[in-house]
Amino acid sequence: MLYREAGQFKTSYAADQQLLPIRQDRVALIVLLAIAYLAVPVVANDYWFNAILIPFLVFALAALGLNILTGYAGQLSLGSAAFMAVGAVAAYNFELRVPGMPLLASFALAGLCAAAVGVLFGLPSLRIKGFYLAVATLAAQFFIPWLLVKVGWFSNYSSSGVITAQPMQIVGYVFEQPVEKYLLVLTVVALMALAAKNMVRSAVGRSWMAVRDMDVAAAVIGIPIMRTKLVAFAVSSFYCGVAGALYAYAYVGTVQPEDLNLDMSFRILFMIIIGGIGSILGSFLGAAFITLLPIFLESALHAITQQFGLDLVPGMTSMVQLLVFGGLIIFFLIVEPNGLARLWQITKEKLRLWPFPH
Amino acid sequence: MTFFLEVLIGGLLSGVMYSLVALGFVLIYKASGVFNFAQGAMVFIAALAYVTLAERFGLPFWAAFALALAVMVLIGILTERIVLRPLVNQPQISLFMATIGLAFFLEGIAQMVQLWAFNDLSPRPLTLGIQDQPIEWLMNEFDILVSSFDLLAAAVAGVLVAALAVFFNRTRIGRALRAVADDHQAALSVGIPLKTIWGIVWSVAGFVALVAGLLWGARSGVQFALTLVALKALPVLILGGFESIAGAIVGGLIIGAAEKLAEVYLGPFVGGGIEGWFAYVLALLFLLVRPEGLFGERHIDRV
Repeated sequence: MLYREAGQFKTSYAADQQLLPIRQDRVALIVLLAIAYLAVPVVANDYWFNAILIPFLVFALAALGLNILTGYAGQLSLGSAAFMAVGAVAAYNFELRVPGMPLLASFALAGLCAAAVGVLFGLPSLRIKGFYLAVATLAAQFFIPWLLVKVGWFSNYSSSGVITAQPMQIVGYVFEQPVEKYLLVLTVVALMALAAKNMVRSAVGRSWMAVRDMDVAAAVIGIPIMRTKLVAFAVSSFYCGVAGALYAYAYVGTVQPEDLNLDMSFRILFMIIIGGIGSILGSFLGAAFITLLPIFLESALHAITQQFGLDLVPGMTSMVQLLVFGGLIIFFLIVEPNGLARLWQITKEKLRLWPFPH
Repeated sequence: MTFFLEVLIGGLLSGVMYSLVALGFVLIYKASGVFNFAQGAMVFIAALAYVTLAERFGLPFWAAFALALAVMVLIGILTERIVLRPLVNQPQISLFMATIGLAFFLEGIAQMVQLWAFNDLSPRPLTLGIQDQPIEWLMNEFDILVSSFDLLAAAVAGVLVAALAVFFNRTRIGRALRAVADDHQAALSVGIPLKTIWGIVWSVAGFVALVAGLLWGARSGVQFALTLVALKALPVLILGGFESIAGAIVGGLIIGAAEKLAEVYLGPFVGGGIEGWFAYVLALLFLLVRPEGLFGERHIDRV
């Protein structure tokens, strides 16, 4: 009833091609941004910022990066956490070694470093495909954290490669409070999501999808496979790198490159499977789901064990988490391979037709 | 020179251990085109089932082995029924991701079983009656240390491969398996029951996982880290080619030997710890030359 495009006439190509052609979507987005920028900082407390909102945004950005590579360009990668580690360490070094380096510039340069490393490890994708490539990206996942720990220069010779992020300072203003960090991360993520949304509907995004759907056919119609794949690796790694820098500076503060291990890569992969492969919105939905699930599981387990007067066995939470993650992945792949984003799309279609079924 | 030989032999023999795990991957990939990431979890769960039956319930070796095998067959059949059958005709990448989910699921279950059976998650020792000791005769004659346990593992792998080769090439089911691997639809149309075949393949993979789990468990204790063995087997796979049993063995030997040699001769220059990634980088460089692995089938893409 409310969600209906009847009466919204488009009189120009610009209006027809805009990001959100339906007025209700535009209103919804503005409301959402208003909530995120105005209501959340007032309502949420420090726990919410530190444990839920900031990690959600950081991982949404990483998932966005992986989604560009895997969802749009069709190159399965199991190394996204390694590119996050590159971003984190690169941002740390730019801040440390270049005097007066603006924070956002070092984030961007960190993203570029990650992109360069991504292109390097993306080179095999020109020759190999599918599972062979997935295993090849594992090489990045194992090699990069090892290198970052081994070469002391990267962590300024701290023990076991730990880096401690400097305070975040932009034009003299220090982002210290969780709410300030949240707003900074939110801004970066929102802008990069907008960029991604535009990228995937531009020529480069369409060539990614052509390569994903069938690379031989894409080559036949004149899409340069090599450039397309490498650009996908670069852009994806750029997003992961910036996510890694934000992870270090806004979320955890102290990072050991080995924290960004294979488990983290899988977690990001799960985000896009559950959220929706090949969907910008899906990256956010999946990140929210995977960030909230452990917290929800923990409190549910606590409630159950208290209900029955049992002791919570140490390690039980992580086991149940493995079980639930695994089960959910299989469930989503079977029942809704396009993830939560597809469910949202179905809801919207139903709303447009309501009260008629077809 | 003796030192070099010793390192080389040690590497080759540990490569055989990787091959054992890689075999499980190859079997499933050959017959169903599924890249089964859960093989490591299956190795862990098989070893755990054996240890639980043998130690917690005090069963003799053969009884525990048979029951553990039954557990693996059950898991294989359930996997086929619950996970794979609904995903028929989905892209291979979806199936791969489903097996990642399956790996997590099995790992969660296995840890719960371990907690229930032994009340903690520490490594459980597993004894097969073979000592991990150097063979005296070789030590005296040639001054080379070779573990008798490693030799046993190599022998087991040899027998397993020979048995699988006979099974694939000489039996009715084996021929059906190869037909399915070639072309699902053609196999179905000549009356090969696809679902039964997949059930059998997963059971055989469960058997291989059990053998690998016993040997790895005897080597390093039955613990969660056994699941990581699968990560060691992956470079072996891409080196040897996904479709080839021989490739799994040769790849394992190459990776094992190269890894040990690199660790000894290259490790000191870069500060050690290279065993985590060396195999991957080696396999990656190799792939640049031969994208389908040593023995993999070359695919021709058609639009």
